[in-house]
Amino acid sequence: MNGDEEKMTVIVQTIAALLFPITLIFSFYVIMHGHLTPGGGFQGGAIGASAIVLLIVAYGVRNIEKRMKEENLSIFESLGGLIFVVVSIFGIFLATAFLANFLVGKAIFGQIPAWGEAPLNSGGVLPILNIAVGMKVIGGLSAVVMLLALITKEGER
Amino acid sequence: MNWMQHLPAFIIAIPLFAAFLTPLIDRINKKARNAFVLIAMAITFILTIILFKEVLEKDIITYVMGAADPTQAIPKQAAVPIRIVLEIDGINAFMALISALISLIGLIFSFAHIEERGGRFYTLFLLMVVGMLGMELTGDLFNLFVFLEIASIASAALIAYEFRRGSTTEAALKYIIISSLSALFVLFAIGLLYGEYDLLNMAAIADAIRTTGLSNIDKIALILFFSAFALKAGSAPMHMWLPDAYGEAPGAISMVLIGVTQASLYALLRICFTIYVDSMHVIFPAIIIILGLISIFIGVTMALIQEDVKRLIAYAAVAEVGYILLAIGVGLYGILNNEVETYARKALQGGLFHIFNDILDIGLLFLVASGIIYITRERNLNKLGGLAHSMKYTSILFLVGLAAVAGLPPMNGFASKIIIYESVYKVSPILSIVAILGSVVMLAIFVKIFHSVFTGPKITEYREVPKLMLASMLILAGLIIFFGLFPDVIINNVVNPAVNALIENTDYISKVMGW
Repeated sequence: MNGDEEKMTVIVQTIAALLFPITLIFSFYVIMHGHLTPGGGFQGGAIGASAIVLLIVAYGVRNIEKRMKEENLSIFESLGGLIFVVVSIFGIFLATAFLANFLVGKAIFGQIPAWGEAPLNSGGVLPILNIAVGMKVIGGLSAVVMLLALITKEGER
Repeated sequence: MNWMQHLPAFIIAIPLFAAFLTPLIDRINKKARNAFVLIAMAITFILTIILFKEVLEKDIITYVMGAADPTQAIPKQAAVPIRIVLEIDGINAFMALISALISLIGLIFSFAHIEERGGRFYTLFLLMVVGMLGMELTGDLFNLFVFLEIASIASAALIAYEFRRGSTTEAALKYIIISSLSALFVLFAIGLLYGEYDLLNMAAIADAIRTTGLSNIDKIALILFFSAFALKAGSAPMHMWLPDAYGEAPGAISMVLIGVTQASLYALLRICFTIYVDSMHVIFPAIIIILGLISIFIGVTMALIQEDVKRLIAYAAVAEVGYILLAIGVGLYGILNNEVETYARKALQGGLFHIFNDILDIGLLFLVASGIIYITRERNLNKLGGLAHSMKYTSILFLVGLAAVAGLPPMNGFASKIIIYESVYKVSPILSIVAILGSVVMLAIFVKIFHSVFTGPKITEYREVPKLMLASMLILAGLIIFFGLFPDVIINNVVNPAVNALIENTDYISKVMGW
């Protein structure tokens, strides 16, 4: 079994390949603007995971699994969680408390306007935490879908 | 910098950090992973001991996440607590101590037999510990819900760990459905309270209910909280998930799951004794007492007819939950009737001491059963026999657990059960008759197991269980005997602060509200 019969039609494959980068960029946009606009790490991560799920549906899970190992997705997910916890613990060392916003007033991400529109590099640690959550959700959600698809294929055989 | 004030945050952060780092270390080296997990868990346990000492010396500790001053629960610009507040008084610290101790022992046991997919196992294990400790340390209702979900999902995955035996998947599915149901109940109740008072902090809600009186919405929230947490604690009419979950979980997870259910029991205590106690109707402790009696009765009678050794112990665990609920119900009844000194304090002492003893006794039995299953690959009591010939230490340790769980004198089970019998007698003699009867049947059950598993002619030659398993069982047996020989030491130093925290609930509220 070479996995060819898992693929959908050429039309679907082409559209999926076209949509994949656009969806990923939109996901990064939602994650990066999490502290400014509606959305955030979880929502952007879910969009990013749906991009990977799109590839899985169009090209068949085994073809994707060769390129994008489920283990690596899990590692990516753990890295997201790790960044979140480390940034939170830095709050104790560099500021006052666990999860404290120690980047306020610093050069990167330091600005916090009192009201109204804010530039992208504002919010202190919030963008970093959003990125961490985004990594966790992209990795976790796509790994779950990939595993479920793989197990379903195992069951069919 | 004052390190002590960050203790509560570190107790949650260290296992969380270790949980996410474990899969990365697992890719490099398996031995290093085990050592890392053990060190992280040991540090957590030591920190809970320090936290307990701090609470004894300095009274209640609050910790506000992300605040400029982490000890100030209410920020300057606001009148009520708005951030995530961890609040630790005697009862929290007591529960956290038990959970961390039991997780450490369970971890040592797991090193002996978890080989394949170990990275995932320990990640989930640490996440379960995070959920458990988080539920016990937090002072915020929504946080409680989040940690409840973390603990439930991690435990469901751990129950299904040996997924090649089909029945584990069934047990895990049952557990996750029951957990989601109770989590939804909790979320709905939190929503009701939030809609009414715009508050999520437990102390602030307790204060609000005190000043405005008990409204109908509060009553609905109380019923939802109670049913959800009683369900998660495994009290009798809602115990159907518990034998499956405990029975199918791999090795020491059965024991650590008792810690997870006791975290729900803690949440129940917090809801009853801190938030609602001033305006509670007296029918409520009566319901708790009746649930306790039903749990004892159903637990022991169902245990009698089981053939699977772990399922049998799981039903005994239902009965033990019944004892705890019975004592807590009597304690609450006494507080509502202003009879604290006559019997309520005694009952709570017995109940809380029994929380500790329950997890040690049933935990030891689970470990012995898991060790036997690991060596013999056989769970059916009718097919096991004559193991005492080849497993001397295991059979002696099982005898210790048997005596403790049946409440025989030199063991810890006797120390707490005698207090429960004495105190519940003051409310009604029937309560203590049922409780003693339950213990007698429990003794009969475990003598039966001992007879069928360990005595008799040697059927097959087996080796003794691995050394790490023996070590973890020995720690538990040592604690059981120590608690049984010197119950006063434990009651005065460990249990009484927790009892005082439950009885004097105003301290918990005033610490946050800053009266």
